[in-house]
Amino acid sequence: MNVVVCTKYVPNPQGTPTLGPDNLLVRSDVEGALDPGDEYGLELALQLVERHGGEITAISMGPDEALAGVQRALAMGAHRGVLITDPALRGADALVTARVLAAAVQRQPAELVIAGVESTDGYTGTVPVTVAALLGYASVTAVRALELEGDALRVERQTEGGYDVFACPTPALVTVTAGATEPRYPSLKGIMQAKQKPLERLTAADLGLTAEDLRSTQTVVEVVDAAAKGGGEIVQGDAAVARIVELLAEAKVI
Amino acid sequence: MGAAWVYAEMVGGHVHESAAELLTIARSLGAEVAAIALGPGATDAAAELGAHGAATVYASDDEVFSGFAGGPQTFAVAGLIEEHRPSIVLFPGTYEGRDVAGRLQARTGSTLMANAIDVVGTDRARTEIFGGMKVVDVQLAGPEPHLVLVRPRSVTPARTDGTAQVVAVPAEIPEAERGARLLERHEEVASGPKLEEAKVVVSGGRGLGGPEAFAMLDALAEAIGGAAVGASRAAVDAGWVPYSYQIGQTGKTVKPEVYIAAGISGALQHIVGMKGAKRIVAINKDADAPILKMADLGVVGDVFQVIPALTEEIRRRTSS
Ligand SMILES: Cc1cc2nc3c(=O)[nH]c(=O)nc-3n(C[C@H](O)[C@H](O)[C@H](O)COP(=O)(O)OP(=O)(O)OC[C@H]3O[C@@H](n4cnc5c(N)ncnc54)[C@H](O)[C@@H]3O)c2cc1C
Ligand SMILES: Nc1ncnc2c1ncn2[C@@H]1O[C@H](COP(=O)(O)O)[C@@H](O)[C@H]1O
Repeated sequence: MNVVVCTKYVPNPQGTPTLGPDNLLVRSDVEGALDPGDEYGLELALQLVERHGGEITAISMGPDEALAGVQRALAMGAHRGVLITDPALRGADALVTARVLAAAVQRQPAELVIAGVESTDGYTGTVPVTVAALLGYASVTAVRALELEGDALRVERQTEGGYDVFACPTPALVTVTAGATEPRYPSLKGIMQAKQKPLERLTAADLGLTAEDLRSTQTVVEVVDAAAKGGGEIVQGDAAVARIVELLAEAKVI
Repeated sequence: MGAAWVYAEMVGGHVHESAAELLTIARSLGAEVAAIALGPGATDAAAELGAHGAATVYASDDEVFSGFAGGPQTFAVAGLIEEHRPSIVLFPGTYEGRDVAGRLQARTGSTLMANAIDVVGTDRARTEIFGGMKVVDVQLAGPEPHLVLVRPRSVTPARTDGTAQVVAVPAEIPEAERGARLLERHEEVASGPKLEEAKVVVSGGRGLGGPEAFAMLDALAEAIGGAAVGASRAAVDAGWVPYSYQIGQTGKTVKPEVYIAAGISGALQHIVGMKGAKRIVAINKDADAPILKMADLGVVGDVFQVIPALTEEIRRRTSS
């Protein structure tokens, strides 16, 4: 089974995010990484092709720096990479991003597309299902386990109070939750081999997308600082327990 | 201006609490307000939806709407939109809300704004970023209806005591539109008060070191009485407690009288889920942990000493 994995390159999740003068998230000159949230899906894809055969294509839309993210996916074991970079895509909203990814998926036959539940920096959590609907694929989100059964997938979806099991026809798109599995570290051999793997660089025009397709429909018009909450009281040692008890009593909960 | 619609999610035969919140926002827009409720219990839910301001409820009790992963809902909502042309549709920021709104966007080609905390006009929604440090207003353009996903518990629902007219929604969903089919449901039986309703929430993070330490939090919650136990994503991802415990961006939003964070660093994604608490207590052994900077009472200390001592002290007080 051939699998496409969506891999986003995001500003370092441990860093402090900032907004530029244009009210867009500053992405250049910021240390970045493959979104850790995408590694879980990639790991499930690797396990799936190890059991059933097939190839994995890692696709990403992002600036030149995002090459490092695709390379990490290749080092983990993806077979080929596709990076879509285009100045027209700066500040792309969820629908534009979905159009780009859907067009990129269509370039190779795949029975399954895997993405993260939500990206670390954008966290709309809607891009993947929009991709699925644009392609006419079935979709299941927040998946924690999946297995191929004949032509269909059996997937476990995380819910508020437990999990649901779905039978999902292929071609399908699933989003994989963090914590679904333990992503592997790229081996030294993997890192060496990654350099030889096919990696395609595309623009929006290469995907047949027009200026109309790329028009974003959301503009930030105002940014204000939320009322800053002043730091409270800090205690340590023996006084701590008594102060917590006092606070609970003030709140009338004990 | 066209109508403002609300997607009223049905869960286990009941309408999700987010519907009343979304209706409260929809009413503030000054448009005609309607709700869509799909799945078993929908018709009965119309009274509740009407009491929160829906003049019309498009409803179907058909099981097709609870047996698939969002495909039938998307098809039905798309049909209603085509027929009635609302200006805006509000969805809850739940998994189902995101699935239906996300798939719908591919059909309508309209804008979809996620993580909103309020809607100020049919073309303007509000969100917060960086853990709530900045409030951002976003202008929505493109074809109507604009689609907005609103974070649960962003506003306090208000009743109008109105009644809604129920309009039946056809439930003939073409095979190709149905998508993934539900085979089994597994629910953990939750004990104790619900996280969202508890007066006190005691939450544990990676600093607890393992699942055993959560017993310590259970004991504290029990000593306080009426308290619920929650967790950070780090503790959930590690498998120490189930996902239903998770508080934050991808988990629950809680607004208790007191929130006690034990061994939690205070990542932005955790803070968005608990900053609405009236009083925040944080226990962390690292004096530089971000959570201590936003707590009303920050305790620099070891959870393994503070929590048992606190539990003991509360027990002593309440038994005397
Ligand atoms: C898209 C996305 C969504 C996310 N959604 C959520 C979400 O919904 N909820 C959420 O919580 N997180 C979420 N996260 C993860 C978040 O970024 C943090 O990684 C997570 O909250 C960290 O959990 P933690 O504070 O328990 O662990 P850590 O950050 O590792 O902190 C552990 C803390 O425990 C302290 N400690 C250690 N030992 C002790 C001790 N003995 N006594 C006292 N203190 C001790 C340490 O000093 C440290 O401050 C999300 C991340 C992303 C990218
Ligand atoms: N620019 C992108 N390139 C590749 N994948 C993406 C991109 N944006 C979103 N995705 C995928 O969609 C998931 C959800 O993203 P989002 O809707 O932004 O929360 C991510 O975890 C990725 O798998």
